[in-house]
Amino acid sequence: MDFLIGLYDSLPVAIQIILKIVVIMGPLMVLVAYYTYAERKVIGYMQVRIGPNRVGPKGWGQPIADAVKLMFKEIVLPTHADKTLFLIAPLLSIGPALAAWAVFPFDTGLVLADINAGLLYLLAMTSIGVYGVIIAGWASNSKYAFLGAIRCAAQIVSYEIAMGFALVGVLVVAGSLNLGQIVEGQSGGFWNWYWLPLLPLFVIYFISGVAETNRAPFDVAEGESEIVAGFHVDYSGMAFAVFFLAEYANMILISALTALMFLGGWLSPFQGTFMESWFAWVPGIIWLVAKTFVFMFLFLWFRATFPRYRYDQIMRLGWKIFIPITIVWIVVAGAMQVYDIGPWYQ
Amino acid sequence: MLENYLPILIFIVIGLFVGIAAMGMGFILSPHNPDEEKGSRYECGFEAFESARMKFDVRFYLVAILFILFDLEIAFFFPWAVVLDEIGPVGFWAMMIFLGILVLGFIYEWKKGALEWE
Repeated sequence: MDFLIGLYDSLPVAIQIILKIVVIMGPLMVLVAYYTYAERKVIGYMQVRIGPNRVGPKGWGQPIADAVKLMFKEIVLPTHADKTLFLIAPLLSIGPALAAWAVFPFDTGLVLADINAGLLYLLAMTSIGVYGVIIAGWASNSKYAFLGAIRCAAQIVSYEIAMGFALVGVLVVAGSLNLGQIVEGQSGGFWNWYWLPLLPLFVIYFISGVAETNRAPFDVAEGESEIVAGFHVDYSGMAFAVFFLAEYANMILISALTALMFLGGWLSPFQGTFMESWFAWVPGIIWLVAKTFVFMFLFLWFRATFPRYRYDQIMRLGWKIFIPITIVWIVVAGAMQVYDIGPWYQ
Repeated sequence: MLENYLPILIFIVIGLFVGIAAMGMGFILSPHNPDEEKGSRYECGFEAFESARMKFDVRFYLVAILFILFDLEIAFFFPWAVVLDEIGPVGFWAMMIFLGILVLGFIYEWKKGALEWE
C-alpha cells in the first residue's frame, strides 16, 4: 500500500489528475449503463411485465449487449445535414454532462476541484447541454428534428430560470458558492437540511431538473407519438448512443445535486439524535449515493406514472407557477436570513 | 488559485474525448453503405414536402428574449445571495427595489399575453 502511495506521489500532477478523473468516471459510466437497465426493469415491474431477462442472469448483461450492438450499427450521415455540426452536437451533449462532476464533492474534502465558484460552474455546465440539442436539431435539416429542437430549447431555458432562482435560495441560506460549504452548512441532522426551510424551492428544483433533462412527463422534445424522436431522429449507431449516455448522465447529475443541496449530501440523517453513534461507521459517500438513488428512482417512477404534459401546459407551469413561487420564496428566505428569524435562518 | 481549475480543464477535455472515442469506435466498427434513400430526410416514409428550414412560431423568440432578461437577473442575484449576511438590511432592501422593478416587468408581460400559448 505504501509502495502504491509512493508511486502515485511520484507521478506528474497531470497524470494524478487523470487518475482521479478515471476513478470518478469509471463508476459513473457503470452507473449510467445500469441505470438504463434499472429503468427498463423498474418500469417493467410497474407495468406487471418482467423487463429484459434474456442476456445473462436476470438480464444483467443487457446494457453491455446494447452497447455492443450500437457499436456495430452504421452511423448514417443524412445527405442534407450539415455534417460538421451534425457530429459536434453529441459531443456538446456529453462533454458538459460529464465535466460537471469535476466540482462535485463526494465527502468532506473528497473533491477533484475545490473551487469557490462551484455552483456557478455547475449552472454553466448544465446550461451548455442545450446547445447540443439545438445544434443537433438544426444540423439534421429535418422537420421533426427541427421542431423537437426548438421545443426543447424553449422548454429548457424556461425551466432554467426556475432552477436558477431555486439555487439563489440555497445561496441565501448557505452564504457560499462552494459546494462543500453548502453541505457543511446543513450539518445538524435531518431537520437542518435545506429541504425544510426551502421546501418550495426543493420541490421546484427537482421538477425543473426533470424538465431540463427532457424526461417524462416533460418529454415533448422527443414526443414519440408526434415528432417520433425529436432532435435525434436522424442519429443512429454510436452517435445516438452518445446522446443517450448524456441524457442519463444528466439525470444522475440532477439527482446527485438535489441530494447535495437539499438533503445534506454526505451527512448522516441521524446526526444529533441518539442513533448517531449506531451509524457512525457508515462512510459519508454511502449516504450520498443512497440519497441520489432516491431521486434517480423518482425519475423512473415519474415516467411510469404520469401522462405527458401538453406543450402549453409545460410553459404555463414553468413561467406562471414556478417563477412566481421561487421569487416569493427568495424574498421570504432573504428577509428571514437578514432579520435572523426562525429556527433555521440564523 | 488558478491551479484549482486545471482538473476542470482536463475533465472537460476527457468528457469530450469520451464522446469522440465512442463515435470513433462506431465509425471504425460499423459498416458504411451510403444510399440515396437512406440519406434522405426522415419524414415518415414520404418524400420531403418542403425545406426543413421553415417558419416557426414567433413565441419561441419571445421565450428566448425573456430568458435572457431573467437569466441576467439570476446572475445579479448570485453575488447578492452569497454576501447577504454581511450587507444586512440595506443590501436586502436595495435588492428588493431591483426585484420589484423586475416583477413589474413580469406582470406587464404576463398581462400583455407574452406567456400565453393558445
